[in-house]
Amino acid sequence: MTATVSARGLTHRFGPLDVLGGVDLEIEAGALLALAGPSGSGKSTLLEITGGLREQSGGLVEVNGSADAAGRLRGCAWMPQRDCLLPWYSALDNASLALVNQGKSRREARKSAAERFEHFGLEGFETARPDELSGGMRQRVAFIRTLLSAKPVLLLDEPLAALDAITRAELQEWLTPVLRESGATVLLVTHDVEEAIYLADRVTVLSPRPGRSIATIDGMRGSPGRRDEVVSSPAFNRKREELLGLLRSDQARGAAR
Amino acid sequence: MKARIWLPPLLLVLFLLGLWQLAASSGFLADVLGLEDFLVPAPSEIADVLWQDRDLIFDNAGTTLVEIAAGFGLALISGLAVAVAFRGSDLVRRAGYPLVVASQTIPVIVIAPVLVVWFGYGIWPKLLIISLICFFPITVNTLDGLRRVDPEAVRMMRSLDGSRMTIFRRVEVPTALPGVFTGARIAAAVAVIGAVFGEWAGSDKGLGHLILQDNAQLMTARMFASVFVLSLIAISLYALIGLLERAVVRWR
Ligand SMILES: Nc1ncnc2c1ncn2[C@@H]1O[C@H](COP(=O)(O)OP(=O)(O)OP(=O)(O)O)[C@@H](O)[C@H]1O
Ligand SMILES: [Mg+2]
Repeated sequence: MTATVSARGLTHRFGPLDVLGGVDLEIEAGALLALAGPSGSGKSTLLEITGGLREQSGGLVEVNGSADAAGRLRGCAWMPQRDCLLPWYSALDNASLALVNQGKSRREARKSAAERFEHFGLEGFETARPDELSGGMRQRVAFIRTLLSAKPVLLLDEPLAALDAITRAELQEWLTPVLRESGATVLLVTHDVEEAIYLADRVTVLSPRPGRSIATIDGMRGSPGRRDEVVSSPAFNRKREELLGLLRSDQARGAAR
Repeated sequence: MKARIWLPPLLLVLFLLGLWQLAASSGFLADVLGLEDFLVPAPSEIADVLWQDRDLIFDNAGTTLVEIAAGFGLALISGLAVAVAFRGSDLVRRAGYPLVVASQTIPVIVIAPVLVVWFGYGIWPKLLIISLICFFPITVNTLDGLRRVDPEAVRMMRSLDGSRMTIFRRVEVPTALPGVFTGARIAAAVAVIGAVFGEWAGSDKGLGHLILQDNAQLMTARMFASVFVLSLIAISLYALIGLLERAVVRWR
């Protein structure tokens, strides 16, 4: 079920606009790599290319040994920046989209999704329409939808960015065991320095547009203890300073250019 | 709550009918127009005729209703098919769109007699004219609905193993449905006009035919009765589509 992801010299341009200027990254099977970088540095684009939803302009991307877009599409489940819940389906039917797409009967699919609803604190909201759910619930439904696809690689595009700070912290804590149990290899885009360090095995920093990978540091995934203890520890603080320094230094360079 | 919706238009209609009744039955309208009294019927006289000649009127209404249903159905099928084809291929859309617009510029009054020459007095010319009129709003509004499809939702579905057909069924069709219903409602309102033009160009039955005959015999009260039934058909069709929309598009 586990897979590796790697990119070498990846570039992309939209017409005259250079968006990615050479990205190298490497994710081991079952690992979580966070991708941090300023707005517009091409993080979402990188995710779509990795997921086989877009062809890159140059360079190499491999998912599970497949370098072609169709092979990458097969290996990855993409969770877009907006939750993209379909308003004509109930929460449960949204969560079971992938299973029905893969040929399961609606009844079976609903049953699998309903089990997750219980685990994830969504019981009672199975038949709710998406617009009846809070932001945090919507995000959890979108997570279940992505997880149930049972793809070996998950591509998560700022999954918690739209939430308030408290809900975000809660969901980060909730996400840790969920992702661990799924066994999936994860590429997570985030603006949030704390989130990157707390959730990731490693964090890769992108430069401003055109995005290049400028550094990779270790994250603190799997640190024992509650989240608020972890993020207030001295070790965590050092990481935070290091990562902020990397982002700032390059942002300054981007502005001077 | 409900009454607040239907009460104002009902009161307005009753008020206007009352005015008309007064103006006509007092002979005031006929005097102003310089006409004989029987040429300017009051609502009560129209209602009388509607009741007395109900068999004749409803018999003809049945014919017109069949024409409208068939023409509307044909327009719905062809309009949806064309919109889906346009969505499917850019080349087809670029090639076909001017033709769709041109279809709307065909003057029905001119084309109707030609169709009668070609297809005779039967249902075919009416059916073609009605569907010609209905085709444009259905096609354009369906296309408009399809254009609202969220490309991000499509990519999400692709990533979750959705085939082209699955994405069409589960994302594109639901997105386009409100547009389809808008087009169908507009089409329902104009279908009746198409039916009357079709019958005027040549027919031996139908409300349009009856209106033409009554006009020749100066039977103005029955003409108004026929017009009343025609609007009733249009309004019912419009309301029926609205009900259907509310039952189907529940997420709005
Ligand atoms: N389909 C597209 N066509 C043209 N330009 C695009 C397209 N998608 C993105 N861009 C441009 O490419 C650049 C990078 O966009 P991208 O969304 O990948 O950045 P990002 O790092 O995810 O930003 P954010 O943090 O704001 O989400 C932006 O300048 C954007 O305007
Ligand atoms: Mg983005």
